[in-house]
Amino acid sequence: MDGNFNPKWDDLIQPGRVHGSLYYDEAIFKEEVEKIWFKTWVYIGHESEVPEKNDFVTKSLGPMPVLMARDSNGEIQLLLNRCPHRGNAVCVQDKGNRARFTCPYHSWTFANTGELINYAFPEGYKGTDKSSLGLSKVTRVASYRGFVFGSMAADGPTLEEHLDGAKGSIDLLCDNSPTGEIQISAGFLKHRTRANWKFILENECDGYHPAFVHSSIFSVSDSAIGDLYGDAAVAVTRSLGNGHTEVDPRPEFRRRDKPLSWFGTTPDRLPDYVRQMNEAYGEDRARQIMIDGTPHTMIFPNLFIAEIQIFVIQPISATESVQHSTAIQFKGAPDINRRLRQQTMGSVGPAGFLLADDTEMYERNQRGLEIRQPEYLYLKRGEHRERRDENGYLIGHSTDDLPSRAIWKHYREMMEDK
Amino acid sequence: MSTDVAEIEGPDILKEWVGKSRVYEKSFNPQLYHEVQQFIFREARLQDIHDYDAWEELWTDDALYWVPANGTDTDPEKQMSLIYDNRSRIALRIRQLKTGRRHSQTPPSQLARVISNFEFLASDTDDIKVMCNTQIFETNLRGDTMWASRNEYSLRRVDGALRMAYKKVVLINNNKAIYTLSFLV
Ligand code: FES
Ligand SMILES: [Fe+2]
Repeated sequence: MDGNFNPKWDDLIQPGRVHGSLYYDEAIFKEEVEKIWFKTWVYIGHESEVPEKNDFVTKSLGPMPVLMARDSNGEIQLLLNRCPHRGNAVCVQDKGNRARFTCPYHSWTFANTGELINYAFPEGYKGTDKSSLGLSKVTRVASYRGFVFGSMAADGPTLEEHLDGAKGSIDLLCDNSPTGEIQISAGFLKHRTRANWKFILENECDGYHPAFVHSSIFSVSDSAIGDLYGDAAVAVTRSLGNGHTEVDPRPEFRRRDKPLSWFGTTPDRLPDYVRQMNEAYGEDRARQIMIDGTPHTMIFPNLFIAEIQIFVIQPISATESVQHSTAIQFKGAPDINRRLRQQTMGSVGPAGFLLADDTEMYERNQRGLEIRQPEYLYLKRGEHRERRDENGYLIGHSTDDLPSRAIWKHYREMMEDK
Repeated sequence: MSTDVAEIEGPDILKEWVGKSRVYEKSFNPQLYHEVQQFIFREARLQDIHDYDAWEELWTDDALYWVPANGTDTDPEKQMSLIYDNRSRIALRIRQLKTGRRHSQTPPSQLARVISNFEFLASDTDDIKVMCNTQIFETNLRGDTMWASRNEYSLRRVDGALRMAYKKVVLINNNKAIYTLSFLV
């Protein structure tokens, strides 16, 4: 039989249709952990979360916790919080500042580079090679403009190869900061969700739902988001390669031709920010940046840059996930930062005007799949109007299922080890 | 009120969860205690039955409704909170609920909350400061959820009636991943 022919995947993932079991089967979930989460580049955290030497913060890689630390040389370390002796946790704090971690069980002590410094009563370990008994680490660590990613695979594409078209989204985001740097400093809301992680992943660039799921808030506030996702919208969805997807509203914002319209405000309301942007980039470039705004990009499998906030998707089991969300902050721009936080707090998290209802949909979808007919989910919207943009990326209407199709194509390649 | 007060501090290791030290009122005014308790019980009932308009009327014009995340006395001007609503955002929250299309409250959560452990805090203004504990049982389409919180109020007499100027709800598990919380907490 042809080694590439895998009837299971031909059956589960078909053009424009995916099988419901992909969202509830625990065996498939286990396979995803190995073939996706412990293989590809996964977003871990941002360098600004550990600003000082010896700072650390607990993050995750898939269902597994990871300590992100800045060691005494200023390097970022991704340590696995499992004592090599008998498996205890060497750290039970969410965050802090420490150069060393001592395991409470038998007092083995590790540097924040992972190295085993010493163990209690060393006579008992005569002749032992300490260097092989350090904390394990995430196999590869790389960062792009402060965004730290980890991969458990020794080989594979570099982070920049993996990011492909999504690199431009991170650049676009950072360009909106007058210092070219963003900060993740406000702490995360953690939203527990009884649904498969892929429902969240696919929803992030689904421009079909906002008009309905969020009509309650659109109808009582003067939010301009609603217009981006109507039938007449000129915003597009795009596949950026490697499962990364975006909704690109720039055609709409360029038509409006108003700086900061993307943020629902005007330059006179944020004078310091506008002045800083003009000084940093020159007036023409600053104006263009402030018209285009920040990206709406889902970086496969777990980092969603949602204009003014980020979401980190954490899978727990086939039927449970956590959405971690926080406001993006532009380094050195306090006036816009307050608005970024206020708008984010209103929108996201368990009590958010938007995310409470998105999450309600994920959970209803999940329960819906307990009804076993029809077996497949239907993802064909806009298949007939997909086209290539000037860079060769597939684009479609902002309400099309193009992002889902792109995600499933990449998913299948990963699950088939292609 | 008497100035006869005691400071209570928590152990260092729990600082984030106990919060900063608070000065509790030692003297006891049974009439005020009764009035405040009745006010908070009524507030609880309005929340449980989703009487949004009546609940909104309890607030003063300078209201602040705060549900912090990741600790008790975080800085809401620096850190993310679950809810950090001024008066106009409280109004927006209520308007959204009243559309009938707030899907996470359609159908609305069925709720019953139990409130206890009332303690007055020393106040250096005319506002009455009171703390209490709440347990809320919620059942909705997802299933059953238990919530627990330590609440802090500033109440003010406006035209003879008590109003809420400040309500802070510290969920005991606010550093953990929690389910959707779209009823009025
Ligand atoms: S398990 Fe960590 S020292 Fe024994
Ligand atoms: Fe949404």
